[in-house]
Amino acid sequence: MIEILSYGAFFLTMALTYAVIALGLNLQWGQTGLFNVGIAGFVAVGAYVSAILTTPFSDGRLGGFDLPIVVGWIGGGLGAGFLCLLLGALTLRLRSDYLAIATFGAAVVIQLALLNLEALTGGPFGISFIPRPFADLSDRANLFAFANLAVMVVLVLACYAALQHLVRSPWGRVLRALREDETAARALGKNPVSYRLQAFAIGGCVMGLGGAAQGHFIGFIAPENYLPTLTFQVWAMLIIGGSGNMRGAVLGAVLVWAIWALSGSVVSSVFPADQQARAASLQIVLIGVSLCAVLLLRPRGILGEAGTLRRQPKATSTPSEGQNTHD
Amino acid sequence: MMLQPIMDGLVNGAIIGLGAIGVTLTYAILRFANFAHGEMLSWGAYIALTLSGLLGALLPALATPIGPFSFGWSVPIALVGSVVLTSVLALAVDWLLFGRLRASGAVTIILVMASFGAALALRNLLEFIYTSSPAYFTNALQISKQILPGLRATPDQLLVLGLGAVLVVLVHLLLTRSASGRSMRAVSEDPQLAALVGIDTRAVIRMVWILGAALAAVGGIMSGVIVQIRPTMGLDLLLPLFAAAILGGIGSVPGAMLAGLFVGLAEAFTVQFIGAEWRAAVSFVILVAVLLLRPQGIFGKAMA
Repeated sequence: MIEILSYGAFFLTMALTYAVIALGLNLQWGQTGLFNVGIAGFVAVGAYVSAILTTPFSDGRLGGFDLPIVVGWIGGGLGAGFLCLLLGALTLRLRSDYLAIATFGAAVVIQLALLNLEALTGGPFGISFIPRPFADLSDRANLFAFANLAVMVVLVLACYAALQHLVRSPWGRVLRALREDETAARALGKNPVSYRLQAFAIGGCVMGLGGAAQGHFIGFIAPENYLPTLTFQVWAMLIIGGSGNMRGAVLGAVLVWAIWALSGSVVSSVFPADQQARAASLQIVLIGVSLCAVLLLRPRGILGEAGTLRRQPKATSTPSEGQNTHD
Repeated sequence: MMLQPIMDGLVNGAIIGLGAIGVTLTYAILRFANFAHGEMLSWGAYIALTLSGLLGALLPALATPIGPFSFGWSVPIALVGSVVLTSVLALAVDWLLFGRLRASGAVTIILVMASFGAALALRNLLEFIYTSSPAYFTNALQISKQILPGLRATPDQLLVLGLGAVLVVLVHLLLTRSASGRSMRAVSEDPQLAALVGIDTRAVIRMVWILGAALAAVGGIMSGVIVQIRPTMGLDLLLPLFAAAILGGIGSVPGAMLAGLFVGLAEAFTVQFIGAEWRAAVSFVILVAVLLLRPQGIFGKAMA
């Protein structure tokens, strides 16, 4: 019973780190309509920056500043946010899908940098001994698990409240106005590029924060944690939960992570060891197909966008349009 | 010293160029960045691998190498079959996914997202069927021959260059001289006006998928003959394809091919002078440079 509780706490802690990342994506996509295909890269930047800032000094690796965890998390968020700012500044004036291509490319290059800049990132072996919150409780497994869960719940609530405040502020209304009708918003004197850039950078910041928190709960990071599959999982979380809806993002994160963990353990118990890699690829096929199916059948996700004035689909208009960006 | 990277770069660039033509046509006519296009190269290569394996097993004579090349007649025959089947696959994905999204009036970025999901499903399906270990058309080793002092190439590499050149000229002639090519360009310029003057938009869209998939299949097979076949080969080529399509100017077939050769050369020189581990970053650097300096590409028109 105690073990189940402690596993449950661990599971929920991981799911909530994804919820933070999904909340960041919700600001970029759900509120602003910006398609980010490089989530794994930004999450990795957050995790690595925080790890380099907070790990104790070690020979043969730069960094290891032994700073407090909070400093690492802030640094991770700022690092990922700054990167988003650069990519957004490069592409947001151009066609809407250039941002997608640029973020995809950035994730490829970040993965390459993690593997090759061994002096900073530890290369393929990554960085270990990342300090964990409440490390002095670690000999009492349950207390430790619940203390970590509490930290994560507080982080999710803080991000939720901050983003909710932003989204409901005049600033958030401009974002939705730009998404729904750019011409009208322009006519009111709102600069679309500047607002989108701000939203993209803040969203990236939240993603980096989620990545940093995740790294500290696992205690160990390596480049293989940040492959395109991660990007895809976070997208599945937001789309299934309902883009534009923050509760949907959190619900989607817990739900998709549960499905992922459950199907993963089914795969490892049903298939023989030499067939598990193949079965795992089938797992990704199924999630890929279901993402396409949600886009086709229920583009607003489970919860959909609530609490904002959103044009209701009429018979004459297009029922399945999820977002209304103009390019 | 300087000639060898040029040769390697041109061979790889021809493969990138063939793939980039498909990306640029989808982008110009269907108006979205298709992240699933790389998977057409992988599927083309694996379909050809399966067909050529079957042919070789049924008629062993087909597996004996032709002249100086590393492969027998089973590979060119399989290439024809793969071109047809990969086109069918592209049409099927369009019928299942993109066509329905277009019909429901989905905006560009939803199509991009759907292509991302389709790419993941297609790639992992390959990994499920064929496993992630690399495969080869033949086990025959080829010795590269001296062509000029300091320049060596295998007959396979020269064949890829020649075939790439022939295909680009053919596609260019098809687009500029034939009626279906003219309607493709008309839809790319202005879809509503094109529909108004009686151009069958659906036929044009089918044509785009068939052309793009056929060239992707050839590119994937070439890559399989020269290097190897892996489920992730399409994913690894995707960024070079986008970089080449944007550098060449969206909608420009000669631009896509020339930019593909440029990307290939830049990769080869990076491998030579900086290190093979940074090869994948080259396309991103080119992409950033183009977006900063000339977002419409070399042969593209300025776009908002």
